[in-house]
Amino acid sequence: MATVARSRPSPTSLSTFQRRELIRYLSVTLVGLIAVIVFLMPLGYMSLTAFKTQQQIQDPHSVLLPSSPVTYNYQGQDYPLYKVPTAQGVKELALVEKYRDESNFVDPAQPGAGLINWKGAWRTLEPVYRTNPTTENFPLAWNQVNLGLLFRNSFIIAFTGMIGTLLSSILVAYAFARFRFRGRDTLFMVLMATIILPTQITLIPRYIFFRAIGWGGTWWPLIIPHFFANAYNVFLLRQYFRGIPRELDEAATIDGASPFRVLTDVIIPQSTSAITAVGLFHFFWSWNDFFEPLVFLQGQPHLYTIPIGLTEFNNIFNIQPGLAMSAAMMAMALPVVVFFLAQRVFMQGIVITGVEK
Amino acid sequence: MTTMSKSISVPLAAPRRKGVSISQREARWGWIFLSPWILGILAFTAIPMLASLILSLTNYNPIHPEEIRFIGLSNFVRFFSDANMFQAAGVTLRFVLISLPLSLVIPLSLAVLVNANHLLGKNVFRTLFYMPIMIPVVVGVMVWGGILNSDTGWLNRFLALFGITGPAWFQDENWVVPAIVIMGFWGVGNAMLIFLAGLQNVPTELYEAAKVDGAGPVYTFFNITVPMISPVIFYNLTLALIGSFQVFTPGYIVGNGRGDPNGATMFYNIYLYKEAFNFQEMGYGTTLAWAMFVIVLILTVILFRTQKRWVYYAGGEE
Repeated sequence: MATVARSRPSPTSLSTFQRRELIRYLSVTLVGLIAVIVFLMPLGYMSLTAFKTQQQIQDPHSVLLPSSPVTYNYQGQDYPLYKVPTAQGVKELALVEKYRDESNFVDPAQPGAGLINWKGAWRTLEPVYRTNPTTENFPLAWNQVNLGLLFRNSFIIAFTGMIGTLLSSILVAYAFARFRFRGRDTLFMVLMATIILPTQITLIPRYIFFRAIGWGGTWWPLIIPHFFANAYNVFLLRQYFRGIPRELDEAATIDGASPFRVLTDVIIPQSTSAITAVGLFHFFWSWNDFFEPLVFLQGQPHLYTIPIGLTEFNNIFNIQPGLAMSAAMMAMALPVVVFFLAQRVFMQGIVITGVEK
Repeated sequence: MTTMSKSISVPLAAPRRKGVSISQREARWGWIFLSPWILGILAFTAIPMLASLILSLTNYNPIHPEEIRFIGLSNFVRFFSDANMFQAAGVTLRFVLISLPLSLVIPLSLAVLVNANHLLGKNVFRTLFYMPIMIPVVVGVMVWGGILNSDTGWLNRFLALFGITGPAWFQDENWVVPAIVIMGFWGVGNAMLIFLAGLQNVPTELYEAAKVDGAGPVYTFFNITVPMISPVIFYNLTLALIGSFQVFTPGYIVGNGRGDPNGATMFYNIYLYKEAFNFQEMGYGTTLAWAMFVIVLILTVILFRTQKRWVYYAGGEE
């Protein structure tokens, strides 16, 4: 923007430079718009399909908007409307009697005028469609998939896990950020290494262990491990804690605060944005996770989370896209809405972990 | 927020008790705060890893736990003669080879776009490109399934405009893996933001100097931008390499957990899951897990070794 303002040789007409700048702005933004439209196209498909009846989905005339053929009730019977070219231009007429080479129509505007004869094959005419979205898919999908139960389950697991990971990761990050002790840097390397450790490597023994202590077919394996800190969250919080001036801790320590008080009274109040980011990351990671619930909740439909519950209905969804898309819309609503409300927190959190090593 | 009198009295009371030095006290507090993680890494990482290694030497099957015995390296012999395993590894490898280059090129291109000086509403674009990462993969597969539907999907209808008959995507053995790669584009948001931060850290003087020297945008990009952001390229490449070998969820959902069509979505990790949890072959399952871990570890180490040749750290090596 600054470059445009800088050079203003004549007040009346745009200079070549300004015109070139304007073209640049418009063309780059156009490229961006095209990219974003292509990128988010599936969401457009989802939103349109969710409001279509099964009939509209199969109707080749209703590709984009949910629309249905329009009919006209003439003498107690429904007749479809067609766009008929007449001497007075194209008119929307109801087809009453159809023959191969000529047909009889009635004009809904003047039904008293009686049948109008039109010469030509009615099959070549274009039917009249009106947009009429339906919301019937939403309650149907909600009940069929039992989304209420799935929402509740996903929420309990995600929320308690979030509390656990916040409590533990804050403590551990504080230890790595503020205390010196032998082996700390080695342990930090170990912590970072666990980020890239595939879950499969520990999965089977964990599964055997959880079953052995009676946690098979319960939520505990999806919740309790988060009370023991997670490498990614610890890393993010540690980076943030290190940015808080040490003078603040020292002042509090001189005032007699214990290390625990320093954490609760100095560090945590200074780090609300990083803590919010970690909480949200965990909540939605858990909300969207597929693998662990699949392994640990197998065969317990009343405990299923949204992702697992939805896949149970894949076969029905394949035949009824309207139901599938309305279920999809409801399942993604919470994460997407929360993301738009807190997008700054999310996006800054990613950058902290990625760049400031 | 403490009172004056308190702050004066403390220095007298605080110093060492029972001859414990300040550094010892600091270390003790450090370990106390660290303890949740220490317990966790022992219980959920270190011991399970060891157990997994031991299990891979047994025929453990939870249906007949009493029959467990050491069978030496039999699982590894079985591994190398398991045709289904090689097929599954092939599917994963195919996915990695297609997705790895794209998982750098696409987020980098998007980062360059949303960093462009001439883009109006940058923040809106950044938010929109990042957003799909919030959508559960299951929902992503359902929604993309509509776009990629062979008859009614928008993609094939679009291709038909150019006279191209699109493939049957999810139903086509050859196209289902590319379809899964395409769906993965919705997950590029993190890499894009990290690239973006990298781009913003390139000193503007370098670009100004290049401009003075008459360098064009393409030359500047490959000779200034790319070397300057090579640390973030390396970071994203490492994450993408490790992540792409772990692919499970989209393949599981698209292939109904059976590898439909005809084994084309039977990724390595799905095969592992089926062996361990459907056939209860947990001993062999841990063997499969370790084999994958070792392969990815070797590739990661190789990648780290190449770092010196092409990654430029402006502040010198750490």
